[in-house]
Amino acid sequence: MPQIVVDDLVKTFRVAERQPGLWGAARGLLKRRHRTVEALAGVSFGIETGELVGYIGPNGAGKSTTVKVLAGILVPDSGRCEVLGRVPWRERVANAREIGVVFGQRTQLWWDLPVIESFELLRDIYRVSPQAHLRSRDELVDMLDMEPLLDVPVRQLSLGQRMRCDLAAALLHSPPVLYLDEPTIGLDAVSKLAVRDFVRQLNRERGVTIILTTHDMDDIEALCTRIIVINEGHILSDGTLNDLRARVTTERWLIVDLAEEDGDVADPQATVISREGHRVCLRFDPDEVSAAELIGRITAGHAIRDLFVENPPIEEIIARLYGEQCR
Amino acid sequence: MLGDFRLYFRYIGISVRSQMQYRWSFIMMTIGHFLTTGIEFVGIWILFQRFGNIRGWSLAEVALCYGIVNIAFSISDATTRGFDMFHIMVKGGEFDRLLLRPRSTALQVAGQELTMRRIGRLTQGLIVLLWSAHTLGIVWSPAKVALTGAAALGGACLFCGLFVLQATLAFWTVETLEIVNTVTYGGVETAQFPLSIYRPWLRRFFTGVIPLATVSYFPALAILGRGAGSAVPPALQWGAPLAGFAFLLAALQVWKFGVRHYTSTGS
Repeated sequence: MPQIVVDDLVKTFRVAERQPGLWGAARGLLKRRHRTVEALAGVSFGIETGELVGYIGPNGAGKSTTVKVLAGILVPDSGRCEVLGRVPWRERVANAREIGVVFGQRTQLWWDLPVIESFELLRDIYRVSPQAHLRSRDELVDMLDMEPLLDVPVRQLSLGQRMRCDLAAALLHSPPVLYLDEPTIGLDAVSKLAVRDFVRQLNRERGVTIILTTHDMDDIEALCTRIIVINEGHILSDGTLNDLRARVTTERWLIVDLAEEDGDVADPQATVISREGHRVCLRFDPDEVSAAELIGRITAGHAIRDLFVENPPIEEIIARLYGEQCR
Repeated sequence: MLGDFRLYFRYIGISVRSQMQYRWSFIMMTIGHFLTTGIEFVGIWILFQRFGNIRGWSLAEVALCYGIVNIAFSISDATTRGFDMFHIMVKGGEFDRLLLRPRSTALQVAGQELTMRRIGRLTQGLIVLLWSAHTLGIVWSPAKVALTGAAALGGACLFCGLFVLQATLAFWTVETLEIVNTVTYGGVETAQFPLSIYRPWLRRFFTGVIPLATVSYFPALAILGRGAGSAVPPALQWGAPLAGFAFLLAALQVWKFGVRHYTSTGS
């Protein structure tokens, strides 16, 4: 049986509608209108031990709601959910001991305490033995290169430093399952890479099962073997990155750097997407015309400095997938 | 259970240390708290200067109730700051973080802060209590000392229960409900005086619904030696503090119900 089972989860929220203006606010005191929002409309998936799954979707798609259900802090209206054989909301405490959660937007650490004291407090909260705590802590400190941060109060850390500490904090009790909610949000390029390397290492070397929600498509491309796309409470797609590409579009992009500026490239079997200085980007369908044929025709007519073929960026794929559903 | 106490004291240790970082601020606030709450007793003293006694109760006798209630309230006021501020926690989504941890939510909320400056009121209540005992020439048998302690602790539990109930409301509405404050602070004012001076309906409210007066007034009868001629049976005089503990336990059950409501609505 998969380590994480989610079967036909449904969750609706009742949201109070605010009416505009002072008069509306006054009326709202007496009578409030409610609107029902379906955050999860029958979500199902299973995740095996050691998988690293990207869970993506636009804002309000139902990502956080799913993670909250898995973490045991939200009870669904209907459906089944098990993490390591436990129903999270029925056994919140037992479940909490087996999972680690990181919210990129919000720290789990104590604002005024030095990092190391937050760690010690977590040791007591999770009832980790002093020896196991030290072993786990030293290993994480080493992996995340955070020795110099240990004595600094959390409020004085930069966002990138704080995220490294938050990752360590979520893993001190060595959970087999980790939920990462936008762990790279707002980070600079170097910090992003550090977080990505760490997540990869954690998954490959320690076999930690990871669910990663993110808006950063580079995270997905760099880390995830499997991607679940959710929108408006429905799962749109579940599979590898290549499956996703194949489902949405087979098209490839040809990027050409011309020798002359403002040169005009045109071909009946390709469409120009963008033109910027020397660089022209064309879209083509490999079923209609092979890359070799297209490149042959273009190099025959133009002086080329460089060219390469690539897949459309994943943002493009996702955007089309969302668009497809809207239609 | 033992682990829970350990964790609570760890939390409290952190809270106390961070308050002691601003030592002068702590000292000034404690003195301020001592004086502002002490003014209340001066008010009562002036009242008695004018009237001599109230329904057969002298100033020193009233002071005993006053002392017990103020000690009780200061303890609860110091320990339940987390519950008092809980609506802000819910509004900001901070409560989710507590739910992610493998510990009881009540323990984590209680561990937020131990408000040290409440020592001001505690000291004040203690002084009034000792003054009362001295003036009345109360003979402190071990049983009476135990009863006084139990009354103070029972009262503290009762006030804690009220703060927990108030915090629980935050699961349904993020607006602060001043009505509970009316009961809590009104209760403190009321219970400072012997229950027998009030009208029957108010007596019944503070005996049956919120057993506030029972935890101070009934034991006070026994401590003062006024119990013999009273309509209150001795078992109630000596057992009344238990009502405070029971009230807190009941409040914690309501709290659990609130947490369940929160996790099913997510708001």
